[in-house]
Amino acid sequence: MNPGPRLVEVRKNVLKQNDLVARELRERFRAAGVVVVSLVSSPGSGKTAFLEKTLTRLRSDYRVAALVGDLATDNDATRLARSQAPVKQITTGTLCHLEAAMVQKALEDADWDLNQLDFLFIENVGNLVCPSSYDLGEDLRLVLISVTEGEDKPLKYPTIFNSADVAIVTKLDLADAVEFNWETAFSNIQAVRPGMKVFRLSSKTGEGMEKFLNWMAMRLRELRAPAAM
Amino acid sequence: MHELSIAMSIVEMAQEEGLRHGGRVNAVHLKLGALSGLVKEALLASYEIACEGTALEGSRLVFEEVQVVVFCPNCKAERRLDSMQWFCCYECGTPTPEVLHGKELEVTALEIQ
Repeated sequence: MNPGPRLVEVRKNVLKQNDLVARELRERFRAAGVVVVSLVSSPGSGKTAFLEKTLTRLRSDYRVAALVGDLATDNDATRLARSQAPVKQITTGTLCHLEAAMVQKALEDADWDLNQLDFLFIENVGNLVCPSSYDLGEDLRLVLISVTEGEDKPLKYPTIFNSADVAIVTKLDLADAVEFNWETAFSNIQAVRPGMKVFRLSSKTGEGMEKFLNWMAMRLRELRAPAAM
Repeated sequence: MHELSIAMSIVEMAQEEGLRHGGRVNAVHLKLGALSGLVKEALLASYEIACEGTALEGSRLVFEEVQVVVFCPNCKAERRLDSMQWFCCYECGTPTPEVLHGKELEVTALEIQ
């Protein structure tokens, strides 16, 4: 007689492997005292321009480096290299997001001494859906939306906003031309992620960059501050 | 669209567990949160593809969908979220970013023959 089907309890997180690697990375970053910041957004919202400006400005006072993910080409790495900061391209092939293991591998290949870095940036593949599921071991995840994309992006992609820590509204220099409504955008962000910190800036003109960079410097001081008694 | 790589992880995991428990896996039970970043229909289609040519071919993927539950700091209570576009307490309207459930992506059980 055949026994009937039985139900066996498993309880396994499907992303366990990624989460384990991400945890390892986070511990490494923490031990090295480097602030790790990842960037997610839709394609064309200005991640690379923002990162180029950020690297250039931070480089005068801090030691910075960047990993940049794309499906194909190393165009972004070439652009970012203009900042003179060390940059490493991650080409994902057909994959629409970065995973922790790719970050780990890229760091191995780049052979940077993490102890000699203050900030490490990780630019994800342009995509507002898939990157939300993958922890990369970062301290902060920035989600970027440009003024040209419309104020309702947060309402359409609540999941990615819920996986991020800070929102950056980019291309502020175009705000008037596209009749961008800041109040609406801000309240939409707050609706899907109450209390979220939001910066608005223009990588082109530099407007609003100072505020963001000061805030980053504060994060670094916090990370390095001796543990509270 | 990252459902295929997730589906392949699920199949791999179920195969290992199936071997461990000795038997054919008829169904995989999956807990899927509304904030997991995955679309059920796409995952289902990807699952079939991922199963092809493996010991799991012909098996079913059974979903337990998990709604988003937040913590209301005002009511000091767990609240089901009414709208993904409005993270607030449905009783008192207080906004809250504190997500208690909804990010689940977990294989909970296997039906083994």
